[in-house]
Amino acid sequence: MKFRGKIVDGACLNHFTRISNMIAKLAKTCTLRISPDKLNFILCDKLANGGVSMWCELEQENFFSEFQMEGFSAENNEIYLELTSENLSRALKTAQNARALKIKLTNKHFPCLTVSVELFSMSSSTRIATHDIPIKVIPRKLWKDLQEPMVPDPDVSIYLPVLKTMKSVVEKMKNISSHLVIEANRDGELNLKIETELVCVTTHFKDLGNPPLASESTSQDRNPEHMAEVHIDIRKLLQFLAGQQVNPTKALCNIVTNKMVHFHLLHEDVSLQYFIPALS
Amino acid sequence: MGAEPAGAVRGKGPRARRPRRAGQCWPWFGRRGSMKCLVTGSNVKVLGKAVHSLSRIGDELYLEPLEDGLSLRTVNSSRSAYACFLFAPLFFQQYQATTPGQDLLRCKILMKSFLSVFRSLVMLEKTVEKCCISLNGQSSRLVVQLHCKFGVRKTHNLSFQDCESLQAVFDPALCPHVLRAPARVLGEAVLPFPPALAEVTLGIGRGCRVILRSYHEEDADSTVRAMVTEVCLGEEDFQQLQAQEGAAITFCLKEFRGLLSFAESANLNLCIHFDAPGRPAIFTVKDSLLDGHFVLATLSETDSYSQDLGSLERHRPVPQLQAHSTPHPDDFANDDIDSYMIAMETTIGNEGSRALPSISLSPGPQPPQSPGSPSEEEDEAEPSTVPGTPPPKKFRSLFFGSILAPVGSPQGPSPVLAEDSEGEG
Repeated sequence: MKFRGKIVDGACLNHFTRISNMIAKLAKTCTLRISPDKLNFILCDKLANGGVSMWCELEQENFFSEFQMEGFSAENNEIYLELTSENLSRALKTAQNARALKIKLTNKHFPCLTVSVELFSMSSSTRIATHDIPIKVIPRKLWKDLQEPMVPDPDVSIYLPVLKTMKSVVEKMKNISSHLVIEANRDGELNLKIETELVCVTTHFKDLGNPPLASESTSQDRNPEHMAEVHIDIRKLLQFLAGQQVNPTKALCNIVTNKMVHFHLLHEDVSLQYFIPALS
Repeated sequence: MGAEPAGAVRGKGPRARRPRRAGQCWPWFGRRGSMKCLVTGSNVKVLGKAVHSLSRIGDELYLEPLEDGLSLRTVNSSRSAYACFLFAPLFFQQYQATTPGQDLLRCKILMKSFLSVFRSLVMLEKTVEKCCISLNGQSSRLVVQLHCKFGVRKTHNLSFQDCESLQAVFDPALCPHVLRAPARVLGEAVLPFPPALAEVTLGIGRGCRVILRSYHEEDADSTVRAMVTEVCLGEEDFQQLQAQEGAAITFCLKEFRGLLSFAESANLNLCIHFDAPGRPAIFTVKDSLLDGHFVLATLSETDSYSQDLGSLERHRPVPQLQAHSTPHPDDFANDDIDSYMIAMETTIGNEGSRALPSISLSPGPQPPQSPGSPSEEEDEAEPSTVPGTPPPKKFRSLFFGSILAPVGSPQGPSPVLAEDSEGEG
């Protein structure tokens, strides 16, 4: 298995760094899947993650000026690696004002993803900082658990409000309750509700807009004002919102009543899907 | 002329009128003079920065006014780091080490107390016009007075203890290797390292390149390896580079950062004098008004650095820097993971050549035990020290020059990180 990539464009480098910072906030350990056209950061819904899953996808040619990979085999031309997300974001942090960044799969004493940053420096010599991120190669037999999650038909699909606002609301709500209800309807309304013995707090967001639904079959029957709701763990929602440092280009939320909430964000050309299951 | 009676006062003047305490005998107390020094303008911030720097090392500050300046010193609790700043008399608007004819004072203050006076460097820069430090031999208080804008005066009375002079035995001239570079260059070089990183290895690679690499003590029980960061500096970055290829030392980065941040803010050059691994490394900064020395212990070749009582001890070869110092040719020569995965099935501990220690805590290969009752086996796994006694100090003490018995254990085979893949592709 081989992998080698190079990023020379400053804007691409910064964007890649931001994505990596976001992943580091969303998942302590994640899987990096390398395929000829794409890179994916994956978190599968294991018990350890509390049932949360994440699928982040980017087109490699939007970032890398050079990209070469050779997967497990010709039929399975992919590489699955497990790494500590923070290591990658820390390594990329040093590349803020770099001339170039090279990332490659190596085996120095242990398998690593080596990130090599060529920095501008005061003196004429180029300074190179190298980070060897330890990785675990995921064997072929476990790949089936790391595929793109199926998105069930949502009951309601709605565009999200400004995430920063949502985050500050949820942050305050966290102090009162450990779980929250997120509900929305096809009339562009979204509510965040918490309820305890002493108090109920609801924050209403209006005029958000709904994306056109893929399947129109069930939609006609329902009253557009009917709310689809799901009970989730407030900390999981907060973790998701805290990971969004930059406002996404597009953000929408799909609710499957009493089953799960599915967030789908687009950060320029990088797609992020985050699934939070309903509390049982 | 015989020794003067206890409590006697030499000379005339105001001190002669001090009432003698009946029945008490404090000979040293009677002969101590007062110290007074006044720092003004931007030097106040410099002094503050120096104190911040020293606070990274130790918990007690030794303040000693000398004829050639005010010396501030500290040492860390394990005596593996010593730091000293000497401010020349010209650094001060007014400097009086002691009243004429009296002994020099020496005192030790809690670092936290002294630091609290200089806590906010921003405040020092913006509002403090003068700083007056005085120590009266009679009182038990060190007085630091900050004269600020708008007529505000902040007076801190700090209590201190008398002490012996803190001296470390070291001589930069004896070190065969010297590096000198602007602190800014070194500051930039350590930026890629995580702020929490404890230790770093500095060495000379091929082509006189200076390499800094993060050092992590491997714990066989831990399945999570740490990221390794390496920064490579060219010869041109240094004003002086007098060192052999292959020379390398490992020292505490956190302690070094203390001096580095001071040197960067004062725009000074930093000089590193070092010797063989295990010998202390000396970091110095100097200008016409002050000079700073940080002496840090370095990891020796056979000792391992372990502070936990009963934690695993292993041999760690001094990191070989040459191997990684050449630029990687852009090929896939090192990239073949498959060969690694195959190799894992056949690897045996490759460092079994190390001498077995007399005491080992490794859960791995144990020295063969005589067959006996289970209770006997338990006895053999003794901790290296009796619980309750202080942990053995692995860094060679700077002051006592003694080397504690090196202990180590053979490194077991590296943990397999990936399961065998099923069949060949």
